[in-house]
Amino acid sequence: MTDIDPRLLSAIQQGLPLSPRPYAELGAQLGLSESDVIAQLTNLKQSGLIKRLGVIVKHRQLGYLANAMVVWDIPDDLVQQIGQQISQLDFVNLCYRRPRQGSDWPYNLFCMIHGKSKDTVLQQLELLELACHTSAFPRQILFSKRCFKQRGAIYSQPKPEPVHG
Amino acid sequence: MLTPLHKRLLNDYQRDFPLSPTPYQDIALELGVSESEVLAALSELKAKDVITRIGPVIPPNRIGASTLAAIAVPDTELEAVAQIISGYPEVNHNYEREHHFNLWFVVIAANTQHLAQVLADIELQTGYPVMSLPLLDDYFIDLSFKLDLQND
Repeated sequence: MTDIDPRLLSAIQQGLPLSPRPYAELGAQLGLSESDVIAQLTNLKQSGLIKRLGVIVKHRQLGYLANAMVVWDIPDDLVQQIGQQISQLDFVNLCYRRPRQGSDWPYNLFCMIHGKSKDTVLQQLELLELACHTSAFPRQILFSKRCFKQRGAIYSQPKPEPVHG
Repeated sequence: MLTPLHKRLLNDYQRDFPLSPTPYQDIALELGVSESEVLAALSELKAKDVITRIGPVIPPNRIGASTLAAIAVPDTELEAVAQIISGYPEVNHNYEREHHFNLWFVVIAANTQHLAQVLADIELQTGYPVMSLPLLDDYFIDLSFKLDLQND
C-alpha cells in the first residue's frame, strides 16, 4: 500500500482541475508524479477513506426544493435493522443513528428525503413507513426552509497551531 | 436549461470518476462526445452552481470530528443567529427547519477538542444552548443521489 500524502486529500477536496491531465496537475502542485496521485487516490477509495469520487451535485439548484429530515424514536434493539431497511430505499439519501437528548430530543434515527415538492416527499415517507414498519414509533418531519449555507464537506488535517475557536 | 450531456454527467459520474491519466477523455469516449465538450459542460455546470466541484465524499468522522447541531431561536432573531453560525469556517451546512429547534447545522473540525471549542464558542456568541447530535452509525453505503431529470 502506497503511503498517503495528507496534502493530497486537502488538494483534491478543493476540486479536481478541469483540464486534460488533472491528476498530473494536482501532482505538480504537491511534487508528486501523476502515477503516485492516481495510486494514492485508488488506495484511499479502496480503504473507504474516500466513499466516492465524482461530481458533487447541489440538489436545490436542480429543483429538489423540498428536503425533509425525518426522525424517529426507535427502540435500541430494532434501530439497526430498521436503519438498514430505510437505507435501501432509492429516495432516501442519508440514514444515521444519533444519540437521544432526554425529553428535549427523544429521537435516535435520522433520514433525509429530497424531493421536488413537499407532496412527493410525504408520499415517499408514506411508502417508507409501510415498507419499514415504522408507523408505530414517535416521529417528526422537519422540512427545510431557508438554506443559510451549503458547501460540500471540506475536512482539514489537524494543525499544530491554535485553531479559531 | 440542462442538455442531455449535462444530465449524463450529473447522473452517471457522482461516483467512480475515472482514475486514469485522462479521465475527461475516458468520459468523452463513454458518452460519444469530445473531451473538450465534456470539459465545457462541466464548466457550465459549475458556473450554473449545479455542481460544487469534482471531488471526494469522505464518510463522517473518518478524518477529524463532526456533528449535527441544532439550536432553538425566536423567529425575530433567527436571521442574525444564522449569520453568526454561517460565519464559522467549520460550519458547512446551515438550514432553517420547521421545528422548535429551527436552525440545524453541521460542524466539522480537525479533532474532538476543536469541535467542542467551536460549539462552546457558538453558544457564547449567540447566547443560545447548542444541541449536539454526533453520528453513531451510518446505515447508508452509497452517498450518490439518483436524480430524476426526465421532466427538466
